[in-house]
Amino acid sequence: MITTEKTLDAWRGFRGTGWQDDIDVRGFIQDNYKPYQGDADFLSGATERTTGLWQGLMDLFAKERELGVLDIDTHTPSSITAHRPGYLHQNTEIIVGLQTDAPLKRAIMPNGGLRMVQASLDAYGYEMDPFVRKVFTKYRKTHNDGVFDAYTEEILRARRAGIITGLPDAYGRGRIIGDYRRVALYGVDRLVEAKKAERALLDVVPSTEAVIRDREELAEQVRALDELRTMAASYGDDISGPATTAREAVQWLYYAYLAAVKEQNGAAMSLGRTSTFLDVYLQRDLDAGRLTEERAQELVDDLVIKLRIVRFLRTPAYDELFSGDPTWVTESIGGMGEDGRPLVTRTSFRFLQTLYNLGPAPEPNLTVLWSPRLPEGFKRFCAGVSVDTSSIQYESDELIRPRFSDDTAIACCVSAMKVGEQMQLFGARVNLAKALLYAINGGRDEISGDQVAPPSPAITNEYLDYDEVRVALDRTTDWLAKTYVDALNIIHFMHDKYSYERIEMALHDHPVQRLLGCGIAGLSVVADSLSAIKHARVRVVRDESGLAVDYVVEGGFPRYGNNDDRADDIAVGLVEDFMAKVRRYPAYRDAVHTQSVLTITSNVVYGKHTGNTPDGRRAGEPFAPGANPMNGRDQHGMVAAALSVAKLPYDQARDGISLTASVTPSGLGRTREERVTNLVGVLDAYVDAGGFHLNANVLNRETLLDAMAHPENHPQLTIRVSGYAVNFVRLTPEQQRDVISRTFHGSL
Amino acid sequence: MSTGAVHSWDIATAVDGPGTRFVVFTAGCPLRCQYCQNPETWHERDGQRVSVDELMAEVVKYRRFIEVAGGGVTVSGGEPLLQHTFVGQLLHRCKELGLHTALDTSGFLGHQATAELLADTDLVLLDVKSWDPATYRRVTGEEVAPTLAFARRLSDMRKPMWIRFVLVPGLTDDRDNVEGIAEFVASLNAVERVDVLPFHKLGAPKYAALGIPFPLAGTPTPDEELVERVRGQFLRLGLRA
Repeated sequence: MITTEKTLDAWRGFRGTGWQDDIDVRGFIQDNYKPYQGDADFLSGATERTTGLWQGLMDLFAKERELGVLDIDTHTPSSITAHRPGYLHQNTEIIVGLQTDAPLKRAIMPNGGLRMVQASLDAYGYEMDPFVRKVFTKYRKTHNDGVFDAYTEEILRARRAGIITGLPDAYGRGRIIGDYRRVALYGVDRLVEAKKAERALLDVVPSTEAVIRDREELAEQVRALDELRTMAASYGDDISGPATTAREAVQWLYYAYLAAVKEQNGAAMSLGRTSTFLDVYLQRDLDAGRLTEERAQELVDDLVIKLRIVRFLRTPAYDELFSGDPTWVTESIGGMGEDGRPLVTRTSFRFLQTLYNLGPAPEPNLTVLWSPRLPEGFKRFCAGVSVDTSSIQYESDELIRPRFSDDTAIACCVSAMKVGEQMQLFGARVNLAKALLYAINGGRDEISGDQVAPPSPAITNEYLDYDEVRVALDRTTDWLAKTYVDALNIIHFMHDKYSYERIEMALHDHPVQRLLGCGIAGLSVVADSLSAIKHARVRVVRDESGLAVDYVVEGGFPRYGNNDDRADDIAVGLVEDFMAKVRRYPAYRDAVHTQSVLTITSNVVYGKHTGNTPDGRRAGEPFAPGANPMNGRDQHGMVAAALSVAKLPYDQARDGISLTASVTPSGLGRTREERVTNLVGVLDAYVDAGGFHLNANVLNRETLLDAMAHPENHPQLTIRVSGYAVNFVRLTPEQQRDVISRTFHGSL
Repeated sequence: MSTGAVHSWDIATAVDGPGTRFVVFTAGCPLRCQYCQNPETWHERDGQRVSVDELMAEVVKYRRFIEVAGGGVTVSGGEPLLQHTFVGQLLHRCKELGLHTALDTSGFLGHQATAELLADTDLVLLDVKSWDPATYRRVTGEEVAPTLAFARRLSDMRKPMWIRFVLVPGLTDDRDNVEGIAEFVASLNAVERVDVLPFHKLGAPKYAALGIPFPLAGTPTPDEELVERVRGQFLRLGLRA
């Protein structure tokens, strides 16, 4: 590899040579980053410039909320270079680049599926450009069209009934993280050169179907890199070479990410693990006196502003599944290095500081990789940010690092992947609670009565027998796993064919390792149902056609979420069983099978489409989110619930196990100081116990007020008062006001 | 090995002593505080008979978590000292495991707390309720003297204490009553902090379920100004409130 003088100049002061010879961002970070062990005192607040820029956007946000979408470019199918440059405020922005030519204006991305575009335009009262329609119906097939050409009748039935659901068959699959850092470190030319070298190795092997596909993909990757260079040039930057300053490093990295979100409407478009990488550049400029702390923070603030305004055009039905217009621009922060040094730098702090400088926000999805060994100052800062903003989530670095690497990032919510080496074939999830009902009903749907799964003998006893139900469930999940993997293989075949993520894959090594991200919903419903069948008596209520439509539980039974092995072991077994079944069916392109126990907000919709269950849950009632116990059934507090969840084996759910917990500030301590100490303690102990993920909500006054006005959005809000727990939305308004005034009383 | 009447247990952070704690609520209480939020714990007969071994089997499940997170075990109630033999054994077993222990009590039965029991107790959460004997009688139906004597005994032992005081408008909020408590508490050794707990009515539905009238149904919760005034009375005497 020939390194030009210009490149050497860009790398001046950097240590190490391995990463100069090969594309190796991790090597660069390890050779050059400086761990930061201190506290948050060095941080800068928002400058007037930053605040002004953000305020301008706030007005647009308000308008967007009112209209649903601010604007749509209906004429221009998006690509890396499709739109002219767009700006928020050209003269004050430090980091530039928008998905289209104006902020919050959404692009159409028909490659994933024209139907989704059409439905979205209809929903917001826009007309599709006839030429676009013609192109994508007459001349150009979409991913969505391809999938439905290959789906089987069985898959269609399962999909319609909602037992396999949320599949990325109508839009981008997402959960692929390009190593956007590569563009800053190496420049586009060098990356093109490396891709050509990978391609050359393929030219000497026989042209099998797999090799031909790889060659074509690599050619597309090179083309995308060229387009990335062109897009940056339209903003006045030459990114053919490496970034030479901190500003350029942030900007080059952002261009790369921007290219991805211009090209793909992915379910989750995550950023990766960039803060400690960028810190090397920020620190170099700070050391040289070319940058002040204030300016360093401005660069990070500006990047985060851009990440907060990523938008995709989606339908209201999608919103029902994943409310709040999410994009999952996940950035993974912190964690420990394999050599024992923390991967925490000042820029790790700067990213979190944006939640103060710009106010709390769900995006970017700031994710702290937690280890009890992280520096105390960083742990306390994170916990403080949680207490103040409830805007960050935590995942166990102690589970991730040994199984992946110390350069691993989270895609979406809980999906770990080695940056630049692994990608996921996203698979949404199956409804395990419905599977249980199908097992009891011989494969018929409990709501429609339709035969969805292959006919099998329905259970006809008045009282459910545990062993009989387990056998029937086993049969049903065999079928479900097979049908599910079948569907996913079709989806990903067609996605690669019609909507290939050119730029994201250009920022991966070749060959990439693929992970098949399966998932289950309704775990706690099924665990409790089986526990009821095993430990109590469950009588079946059938309609005139013999369909089991309701269940009467006689007697008590242990429930998942109380750190009680009698119920928790059932949940563990369900996770292990389904993973084993999924593994039996070969995955597209030799992907490694994984699964998640995650629902995000879709637990509500899954519940809506699922009948009465043997645990006493009523038809239509939401499932618990992710791996949470059912609301109100955890009787010994949050820690006992967390320890139940921590028993679920990560190695049988490597795509992540999600726990959401909400506490009031007073449930964490009397003073802020005490709350921070206690939250740090709980996080340390949860990770120590093998817990994987924690969405930590420290509810603020505004949240509770909102819960009073919109109780439907806060079904699980629990408050604790000295040895007493209560579901907030079930209190009378007077009691709610009481809680609010007491919980948030001044300094008490 | 003795058994005790236990209402329930849970794991809570920050509300019943420092850090994350395994909290045992015993059943049975000699007082009938008007503002009581846990009327279901009044009678021993309503509790479940649980042996120390059984309870310790639960505690052990959380030992590691508590050690890493920082915290301990709290015995609350009801009134734990009503079952002082059982509670003493429970605290002793927790100490044997090296766990921090706290006793949440009104002190009314302080004379039942043996030297051994207190040696196994790292922290006492002492709910003083009131200073003025008449007020105390009105709030609880009993006398204040035993509580004050117990507090003095703990003070002489230099046993760490958190003092708790439930602030009820029109019942316990009298300036002189608060001042009396504050001055008494300021004269004690080893008081680490004072928690002024604003009266709340979250237990009202429990009364309804038990078919017992809630005596303070018509009493308002204290406003911020009142809470600040009362806190101020403790702060002025150099207490951490």
